[in-house]
Amino acid sequence: MPKVTIDGHEIEVPKGTTILQAARMIGPHVAPPAMCFYTKLKTSGGYCRTCIVKVTKGSAQNPNPMPKPVASCRTEVMDGMEVQNNTSPDLLEARKGVVEFLLINHPLDCPICDQAGECHLQDLGYQNGSEKTRYEFKRREFEKIDIGKYVSLHMTRCIMCFRCVKVADQITDKRVHGVLHRGDAAEISTYIENVIENDFSGNVIDVCPVGALTDRTFRFKSRVWYTKPMEAHRKCDHAKCNGKVRLWFKGEDVLRVTARKDQWGEAEEFICNTCRFEKKRKSDWIIEGPSPISHHSVISTNHYMSLNMAKVEILKHQKALGFIPMKKLDLE
Amino acid sequence: MGKKLLIHNDHVPGIHTLDVYRAHGGYASVEKALKTMTPDQVTDEVKKSGLRGRGGAGFPTGLKWSFLAKPEGVARYLVCNADESEPGTFKDRYLMEKIPHALIEGMITSSYALGAKKSYIYIRGEYFYVARILEAALAEAYAAGFLGENILGSGFSHDCYVQVGAGAYICGEETALIESLEGKRGNPRIKPPFPAVQGVWACPTVVNNVETIAAVVPIVNEGGEAYAKIGVGKSTGTKLISASGHINKPGVYEIELGITVEDFIFSDEYCGGIKGGRKLKAVVAGGSSVPILPAELILRTAKGEPRLMTYESLGDGGFITGTMLGSGGFIVMDETTSIVKNLWNFTRFYHHESCGQCSPCREGTGWMEKILNKILAGKGNLSDVDLLWDIQSKIEGKTICPLGEAAAWPVAAAIRHFRAEFEEYVKNPSSIKDVKHYYRLNNLVEA
Repeated sequence: MPKVTIDGHEIEVPKGTTILQAARMIGPHVAPPAMCFYTKLKTSGGYCRTCIVKVTKGSAQNPNPMPKPVASCRTEVMDGMEVQNNTSPDLLEARKGVVEFLLINHPLDCPICDQAGECHLQDLGYQNGSEKTRYEFKRREFEKIDIGKYVSLHMTRCIMCFRCVKVADQITDKRVHGVLHRGDAAEISTYIENVIENDFSGNVIDVCPVGALTDRTFRFKSRVWYTKPMEAHRKCDHAKCNGKVRLWFKGEDVLRVTARKDQWGEAEEFICNTCRFEKKRKSDWIIEGPSPISHHSVISTNHYMSLNMAKVEILKHQKALGFIPMKKLDLE
Repeated sequence: MGKKLLIHNDHVPGIHTLDVYRAHGGYASVEKALKTMTPDQVTDEVKKSGLRGRGGAGFPTGLKWSFLAKPEGVARYLVCNADESEPGTFKDRYLMEKIPHALIEGMITSSYALGAKKSYIYIRGEYFYVARILEAALAEAYAAGFLGENILGSGFSHDCYVQVGAGAYICGEETALIESLEGKRGNPRIKPPFPAVQGVWACPTVVNNVETIAAVVPIVNEGGEAYAKIGVGKSTGTKLISASGHINKPGVYEIELGITVEDFIFSDEYCGGIKGGRKLKAVVAGGSSVPILPAELILRTAKGEPRLMTYESLGDGGFITGTMLGSGGFIVMDETTSIVKNLWNFTRFYHHESCGQCSPCREGTGWMEKILNKILAGKGNLSDVDLLWDIQSKIEGKTICPLGEAAAWPVAAAIRHFRAEFEEYVKNPSSIKDVKHYYRLNNLVEA
């Protein structure tokens, strides 16, 4: 199994693992940000260039460094490879440039965007962006396209990650969703403004890292940080959907249903449109418990970790905390 | 007169027809290769010749061929890149238009060396009429038995197809070309896998420029060693140069690699000097994407040696004082040329041609164009020049395909060598002629 060193952390990974995956195995402190890569979507990644890393040693056999930064999501590790991510100031400067490029034509309409609070571009800009923009021209705008009653497309916010195109290609059975035009005029669209109608089309919302594709049934209902996420399931008739979802409550009302997401913000399992858009009553679901939300997320300010997770966290850090919690830990 | 190997017969009437082409020694390489040589021997001759890719990168062709994966039972393909879209480059068009059989002959011989049963000529949409010429030539070659089943009784069968693109610069990038050839959107693929492993229809593929493939013909005919004797060092053979700009005799010239740049610009055999007796200001030596060089640096290297028309000599000094031979699009500018306006034109082109896949190129090219627009509309600041420099450095090397570099290099070189001109435009907007023209184009800068 090849061994790779990322920012000084060595890890042994199965053959065929990409640098990004290896970095994620080490932990979030070395994992490069990724806006377009999505583990569950084949051929995704490589477009946004935020995950670029510097390969200072190609492999044990060929120790030469790679001449340019590489997209870590699409570069497989080689045995003896050495990679710099956060430890290379050049690379961080280059990434800052990429983030700037992503932001210059983004409308920054976060105050009225449903994605705000769970937007990957917000996180990315916060971590790697500048305080002020150097772009002084009119930002790009697109004509609004109606793509159906469930999904709202706001192309002006799009950063062209192509994830939704991959969903349309790989998850849904009838592709009517793709890219028109080229260059900075390129836009995500449904072919001649067809309405996307198939059982899994709602997943484009979950994969969208920004607010370009949002849930029309949730539109302007609430800021996400005023809602409480709960894990739930139901018996779904759809062959490809197992009915395991995340419900977003405000009081007793289910405002939104999404797929469950892992710590990298990726859906654990894609869900069908019936579960996502049609089952908005609490009685439709069997509630499992609160969803784990990272304490870095703004959503957690209104929320909490599940009790078990909190217990695990506390027990993990008990030495640092300087006290030994009782076995029957209470969170009050 | 230098030796000519590719377009020596271009003046012969009717050379585009098979009969006249045959009468002038055409298809001899096919007969020689198929009847007397093994595929490996052909590849060896190409390796010995030192032939380097004529499309721009200058990668050794023999080496590229030897990288071709040859798994059992999997088809291999040869693809000819005739999507000649680099501004300032028009040599392939000339070759295909005048002597289409030279390309087809090279395709057959090269395919034999590579073991490719099918090959494609991917030609840009704007060359529609050239595609018709090629198709007529292909029909003649089929009728004469140089294409099809069991060519010349050798047991080697080959089919060659012409595919017309839809007119996108990006489809000259080899993986975008392959995507387009397969009927998809012409977006560059992420490498690896390289086309030598997974190219057309996921099969091993070699993509070569028109001129490279045509050069295989004299290499097989006269032997790789004879070819390698022409030229200097690692730049062997002859090269077609598309000369344009402020020169007395613009056109396509076949040169022996190794003549001096001064000779090429000023001798009557080639460009014939600067138009109107004006002074030489700058040269873009290899198509719009290579760095521009001022007169003193294009004629002599930083060390003071005469600059030669070779890959090495033009590249001498890296990008600080050198440039690249590139595709051979030789654009000459006299003292009346505004470098800023020229750069604006190039940048506008790359902005228009960016495919939109990866962020630095999609957003950065447009941004650079807008800043140049602003400067040319007389609204620039000194900080804009620094900003341009910073943007190009953030595009270069961060993109999926070389279009990012192609857009960044001209900006970097123009600022490096002609910064004073940018500053003059910023400090003294009244020195910009036809500001109104840029103002109109420039609806993005507010008044």
